[in-house]
Amino acid sequence: MSTELVIKDLHVSVEEQPIIKGLNLSVKQGEIHALMGPNGSGKSTLANALMGNPFYTIDSGEVTIGGVDILELEPNERAKLGLFLAFQYPTAIPGVSMANFLRMAVSAVRVENSNGSETTELLPMRQFRRELRAKMKQLGVDESFARRYLNDGFSGGEKKRAEVLQLAMLEPKIAILDETDSGLDIDAVRIVGESVNQLIGPNLGVLIITHYPRLLNYIRPQFIHILLDGKVVESGGWELAELLENKGYDPIREAHGLTETVVETEAEEPLASLRV
Amino acid sequence: MAELQKQQEAVDLGVSSEYKYGFHDDVKPVFKSRKGLDTEIINQICDVKGEPDWMRQYRLKAYEIFKQKPDLKWGGDLSGLDYDDIYYYVKASDRVERSWDEVPDDIKKTFDRLGIPEAERKFLAGVGAQYDSEVVYHNIEEELEKIGVIFVDTDTAIREYPDLVKEYFGTVIPSADNKLAALNSAVWSGGSFIYVPPGVKVDYPLQAYFRINSENMGQFERTLIIADEGAEVHYVEGCTAPTFSSESLHSAVVEIICKKGSRVRYTTIQNWANNVYNLVTKRSTAYEDAHMEWIDGNLGSKLTMKYPSIYMMEPGAHGEILSIAFATKGQHQDAGGKVIHCAPNTSSRITSKSISKDGGRSSYRGELKVLNGAKGCKSNVECDALILDEESRSDTYPVIQIDADDVNVGHEARVSKIGEEQLFYLMSRGLSEEEASTMIVNGFIEPLVKELPMEYAVEMNRLIQLQMEGSVG
Ligand SMILES: Nc1ncnc2c1ncn2[C@@H]1O[C@H](COP(=O)(O)OP(=O)(O)OP(=O)(O)O)[C@@H](O)[C@H]1O
Ligand SMILES: [Mg+2]
Repeated sequence: MSTELVIKDLHVSVEEQPIIKGLNLSVKQGEIHALMGPNGSGKSTLANALMGNPFYTIDSGEVTIGGVDILELEPNERAKLGLFLAFQYPTAIPGVSMANFLRMAVSAVRVENSNGSETTELLPMRQFRRELRAKMKQLGVDESFARRYLNDGFSGGEKKRAEVLQLAMLEPKIAILDETDSGLDIDAVRIVGESVNQLIGPNLGVLIITHYPRLLNYIRPQFIHILLDGKVVESGGWELAELLENKGYDPIREAHGLTETVVETEAEEPLASLRV
Repeated sequence: MAELQKQQEAVDLGVSSEYKYGFHDDVKPVFKSRKGLDTEIINQICDVKGEPDWMRQYRLKAYEIFKQKPDLKWGGDLSGLDYDDIYYYVKASDRVERSWDEVPDDIKKTFDRLGIPEAERKFLAGVGAQYDSEVVYHNIEEELEKIGVIFVDTDTAIREYPDLVKEYFGTVIPSADNKLAALNSAVWSGGSFIYVPPGVKVDYPLQAYFRINSENMGQFERTLIIADEGAEVHYVEGCTAPTFSSESLHSAVVEIICKKGSRVRYTTIQNWANNVYNLVTKRSTAYEDAHMEWIDGNLGSKLTMKYPSIYMMEPGAHGEILSIAFATKGQHQDAGGKVIHCAPNTSSRITSKSISKDGGRSSYRGELKVLNGAKGCKSNVECDALILDEESRSDTYPVIQIDADDVNVGHEARVSKIGEEQLFYLMSRGLSEEEASTMIVNGFIEPLVKELPMEYAVEMNRLIQLQMEGSVG
């Protein structure tokens, strides 16, 4: 049975400031969705709120995975239900090697370990090593990654690769990729795109947050959603990406009676100025 | 926790084969002095041990100094320490009297969790008889003998190598150094004596528990290590299991002499029961081009005051101190290190990592001195403190005194808290809050832990895990 992430009328605020204002979205295992929206529109806020980041306050709404209400759950319990977030800005954990961390994480989320016990039963070392090596090879990640401290001193691109490696190892049912393509050079975007593509299949549903159709060229989403003013204002197919690409957000803003709100972010190039 | 179990597996591959000790119940004569201290008790100690007269005089003189010295007025709170309410000499075999049932449950539980072998547990808990490591010891003893290395307990050394002991004993830490050094000099018992001849390199760590017939876990250990010219040795003291003891004062003295071109590393991880005052004086002298390293891990105890020090006596000497302290509820870890540059072109480094949790307090107390004329010295001090909650505390008391030119000195102190973002990141990958914070703490001390011998690194991580348990909720 395929698992579905269902978001109903979600309201999220950051420091008392409403950011997500009544958002609806569903992602099934096996489906690929893209979520696009201008800087500061709340894409990362949504992603963090779904994963359970305590910094973000859920004001109302409902989020379920496979019918289970997750809003009261700790982030690790959400992970065990099969939710994964590749962070826009992954956090460094000095002194903790990628391998040690991944073994713990993989052991924690594996179904056979969800026995309700407090302490995580570790995967046998050999089995873990074999899996890790295979996945690193598959994704073209250098073996030295395993020994490095988690995201510590990683370049922007390396961090993103590390997130994809975690995605591959944790085998979630629903993965949110928050700008996994940003900060990558052209070749790296291809590599990440191809990597994610290899992981896509009937057991993985993906919500890709991106500003650039370049990544979407590798991972063709079936559904594209536009986030404006805290809501999904348009959903459609590839034609939406093309519309954005050519015209930017203004036509959509106008259609929905929204005026541009200026947001100060150290934004990367806005979508409209890019010609892929 | 994951990481630990992983490392444990590596260790299970054979590193811990020393654990195959049995123990037997030989009945030994028992001696226990009455509480408190006076010259009569000191004379009794000498009589029971059958010590030569010079040591008796040494002890008596130290006792006079102890009486005259004022109480320590700095460091931790010593007001709960009553010198008259302490047994100063208990012969090891006396500890047989305690039965396993009397060992507190939390200590037993900890032994279980650490996977300490039965025989060693009883020994550590002060239960059971002599710790029979004879077989292991004999093999090592033979090997050491071949290369001329002396490794015995200090009481044996007094009997068998009196000249050598007499030449160096108390030369690095004189009785008059401080009140507790005086006390130790008066009542010391047990500890290790090591002599490594010129040019000899001992290529495996010498561990205290290889010794037989020693009062290993003595309250007032006295250790003396001499690395002759070009010699190399790594000594590992103590054990990481919580050392259960009804005695509330432990005050050891460790003296190390690193002669020209020698290298010595001294590793300790201590985890005393929560009632213990652990007040230790550790000092070494490093001569031309010698390398001295202290690695010091402190957990448990009520109050630990310990600042391993290195005197760089001649050009080219290098000193290194790595200190890890973990203070939890009701504990004060006052730890750090001292480096004294007495000669030009010497270098040193102090790295300290402390963790405070559940109202625990850890302080870094350090001293860096460059004496007049000691040109061209380099020293770097780095202390990192991690505070896990609002009730806990961390302080830094660095003293830096530079009386020479052309000196390159760096001092850095950082205090941090476990970041919400770090916790969330790890939890989003499936780790519970406790697993996540334990992983962050282990990462924090990793740069020091990786310097430890494998089995100690594993135990260190497991100890951290134990300390972290139940901390979240
Ligand atoms: N951790 C945070 N601290 C402070 N403000 C935040 C935080 N996260 C989000 N916000 C605020 O919420 C709003 C939405 O930000 P969010 O990061 O969700 O946008 P985004 O759509 O992901 O933008 P971008 O495309 O630039 O990544 C912004 O005004 C932002 O400043
Ligand atoms: Mg964002």
